[in-house]
Amino acid sequence: MHELSLAGGILKVLEQTRARDPFQRVTHLRLEAGALCGVEVSSLRFALQAVAAGTCLEGALIDIDEPAGSAWCLPCGQSVAILSRLDPCPLCGGHQLQPTGGTELRVVDMQVE
Amino acid sequence: MCVVCGCSNTGTSKPDSSPEVHPTTGDLHFGAGAARVSVPGLTQQRTIKIEEDVLGANNAIATQNRAHFVAHGVRALNLVSSPGSGKTTLLCATIHALKQHEPDIDVAVIEGDQQTSFDADRIRATGAPAIQVNTGKGCHLDAPMVAQAFAQLATYEHAHEHAHEHSHDDHHHHHHDHGHDHNHSHSPQSLLFIENVGNLVCPALWDLGEEAKVAILSVTEGEDKPLKYPDMFAAAQLMILNKIDLLPHLSFDVARCKDYARRVNPGITILELSATTGEGMQAWLDWLLNEPAHHHHAQDARQSRIAQLEAELAQLKAEQA
Repeated sequence: MHELSLAGGILKVLEQTRARDPFQRVTHLRLEAGALCGVEVSSLRFALQAVAAGTCLEGALIDIDEPAGSAWCLPCGQSVAILSRLDPCPLCGGHQLQPTGGTELRVVDMQVE
Repeated sequence: MCVVCGCSNTGTSKPDSSPEVHPTTGDLHFGAGAARVSVPGLTQQRTIKIEEDVLGANNAIATQNRAHFVAHGVRALNLVSSPGSGKTTLLCATIHALKQHEPDIDVAVIEGDQQTSFDADRIRATGAPAIQVNTGKGCHLDAPMVAQAFAQLATYEHAHEHAHEHSHDDHHHHHHDHGHDHNHSHSPQSLLFIENVGNLVCPALWDLGEEAKVAILSVTEGEDKPLKYPDMFAAAQLMILNKIDLLPHLSFDVARCKDYARRVNPGITILELSATTGEGMQAWLDWLLNEPAHHHHAQDARQSRIAQLEAELAQLKAEQA
């Protein structure tokens, strides 16, 4: 459900950029939602479509990249790949993991005309 | 700056995709149009780099809140849980206990719910000031809501003082020192409890400017909740297992629950408590008043750093061998 607030936040970022650097409409928007960022990508896409109507985002192509999760394993002393916060370390099977990547939720760039 | 050679002179830009001619050398620069990138088959639409955190606006206000709280000697805690875990009952019991044991500490509460002021009314009945924030359709509190509520709280507190003709200590009168003279004493002058909307999903993402998130899990819920809602338990510094007086009637496995919580958050502190019987209250009060939250962070960071350096050392040794 919080994806709707996030979609509103994304729209705000676009409108702020538009105020600085005017354009007609967004044709292509690129976002990044890491595997560990707590966002359901399909819900975010749905929410963006819902809030886009009547704004500069209407009709835009939306790409959402999903960077994989990574974490620092304390016992192994190295960075390992994980798919979710529930995953054990693939090397030692332990849970002493500190997520280091895939937690980002960002607006990367957009094409406008 | 042009992306071809890095020179600052891109001359006059043209809307079409014809190359730019360098005014002094006559060199041709493709991709000097509005988009500054030449891609065959693409029209010169502009690409705008944004690289902005979606939660950036919220986080900026959360940072202001945090500085504001520190300047006021306020330890702010964000209480998160599912509905019905006993947050408000725990808060009422905490306020009563603090009044008895630590009468010098001011306590205030910001109550987040979708609707009604039932919870704020319960808090006000204990004598502590409370502001209800109704989020309407919202599923979480955000930093601007807390900033506004905190401002309201200051106003309300003064009204409250007048109404009751209390004599108050100096620290009750807020020094609105926005130079933010950071006060690093570990014992706070006042505690601000922010009771978030009962929801174990959305509030995990929104920083309110709190010192720590406290996740409350009652033993009438499943012991597997830390695994079902990992983002929240990963974000929390403390987990309170509430309603432990009911354990004899339930098949709740405390050890397994703790194990699950540590799986998603190896550094989490766990307290067992019953707001009804008062069991475990003292440990909670100690945590509230003494736990140097930043110390934990620093320790975690130090441990990570040590592990990292050890790994580098092992790697160097391996390379030398």
